[in-house]
Amino acid sequence: MSQIAQKPRIGSEAIKAKGWWRAQRWLILRRLSQFSILALFLLGPLAGIWLVKGNLNYSLTLGTLPLSDPYVALQSLLTGHVPEKLGLIGVFIVLVFYALVGGRVYCSWVCPVNLVTDAAGWLRDRLGIKGSVHLGRQTRYWILAMTLVGSALSGVVLWELINPVSMLHRGLIFGLGTAWTVVMAVFLFDLFVMSRGWCGRLCPVGAFYGLLGHFSPLRVTAKQRQACNDCMDCFEVCPEPQVIRPALKGEGKGIGPVILAPSCTNCGRCIDVCAKEVFRFGLRFDNPPSTAGKAESKVE
Amino acid sequence: MTDTPNKKSLARRQFLFDSARMACGVGMLGLGLGLYAKQSKALPALALRPPGALPEADFLGACIRCGLCVRDCPYNILELAKPEAPVATGTPYFTARQIPCEMCDDIPCIKACPTQALDHQLTDINKAKMGLAVLIDHETCLNFLGLRCDVCYRVCPAIDKAITLDLQPNPRTGRHAMFLPTVHSEFCTGCGKCEKSCVLEEAAIRILPSKLAKGELGHHYRVGWDEQKKAGHSLIDETKMIDLPDRLPEGSSLPGHYDPASGHTTTARGLPGSEAGAIPSLPPGLGGKP
Repeated sequence: MSQIAQKPRIGSEAIKAKGWWRAQRWLILRRLSQFSILALFLLGPLAGIWLVKGNLNYSLTLGTLPLSDPYVALQSLLTGHVPEKLGLIGVFIVLVFYALVGGRVYCSWVCPVNLVTDAAGWLRDRLGIKGSVHLGRQTRYWILAMTLVGSALSGVVLWELINPVSMLHRGLIFGLGTAWTVVMAVFLFDLFVMSRGWCGRLCPVGAFYGLLGHFSPLRVTAKQRQACNDCMDCFEVCPEPQVIRPALKGEGKGIGPVILAPSCTNCGRCIDVCAKEVFRFGLRFDNPPSTAGKAESKVE
Repeated sequence: MTDTPNKKSLARRQFLFDSARMACGVGMLGLGLGLYAKQSKALPALALRPPGALPEADFLGACIRCGLCVRDCPYNILELAKPEAPVATGTPYFTARQIPCEMCDDIPCIKACPTQALDHQLTDINKAKMGLAVLIDHETCLNFLGLRCDVCYRVCPAIDKAITLDLQPNPRTGRHAMFLPTVHSEFCTGCGKCEKSCVLEEAAIRILPSKLAKGELGHHYRVGWDEQKKAGHSLIDETKMIDLPDRLPEGSSLPGHYDPASGHTTTARGLPGSEAGAIPSLPPGLGGKP
């Protein structure tokens, strides 16, 4: 425990250098986004103000704007069922949106399970829990493939049978029941069994959105990477730290500063915690032309 | 020169090994999920889907668990299954005994559905088939006990069509009639009002999935009298029909009975409602054209 006391908190240097707000800005905005989306959904059942009806699988805002989860729709499609017109329009809007801003923006700015796993990650760090069962980050793509093949074979929207993301979100809006046990299981799994286990290795929803945003223009870029002082705060705080290395340290290998890996969630936490202001939001086209041909990492 | 191919083959081995490991591990998860999916298709008998719901096997593929039907139901009868419910998680259902379907004319639940899980072709709520009412217990139903409860009959939105009262003599008293509630599947929508309002501790009339409630004739089966009506005449050559003589105690006679041995027909009492008319036991073809 004494070790914890001595070790400076991640981002404390950034707070000193940039001030409280600029060292937490993206985290606060992200929490604001997560909670406001939840609040919009809850306004109906709790206060009777029906701005949004439904849940993250499909919702209708102000009776006009449909939004559908393309992953659920794809599973449904594979069972041989095509959504109605509004459902299809909803899929289209969501596809375009995440293809532009980055698929995993869903994970870090919308998904309610992110609050749970971030809490587990934070607590893991505070309690100094070391050691983690190893499981490759590509596991989620295998699970994704399994749910798609499984939906086609079983005729059931397969992942929805156990999906903790929709269970939590639906639970909060329509009544939780025992869904809290599933959420608790995810929390405890991340806390004790596997660091960043659920979102980073297992969740096929994140995997799907990652692939969806594979070519998204909006990216985090290590623009001032020459200013990096190797404090490692960004690696510590990042839920997908493997995406940072090529962009931050790849100058010698001719790799551009833009984080192109699709599993980056665009959460912006690295921007926050960096005292040297290495990172910022940018576009994938910001890479200098000399590095254009370099693929920085495989899909992970 | 020699270690490059070696390295390559090692990498290939590693790749194959990793892939096999993933395929097996995730495959096991998939197997579990698949079996769970199979189980989830067994909707419990008393959980009813909203009007227009596809058959369960299709419903679980088409429904995206959004809950819009739940929201747009003006009577709040629907709920999304919680993980502990024996219904596929997140799918809409209602329990008739708790709160039955009010059969809105405009069917807002179907309109709200963004998929075909609730069939948008269904525009007449009277054609809905959420299930079928079955008077499941003849021992406790008050009308079967000879009393006049009639509640299921009176609350039925399709009164005298979906539920009729069938008059039977009461053999216990020997002098009263029993008014037996009788369900007709052609008109029953499965709304569940009868089950909800049954006055017993446990309802004697219940909505069951049609699959459970209905028998089904063999597809080759033809009902003779229907075919005869359709064709306008008997389907067999009735002159060649052989009727074996009936053995009756000497001197006795059955009203309306045709006895081929003597060629005589005993005078019949007209039986109301009998399709055979005044002479019920006259074999077809011998008593004039049907």
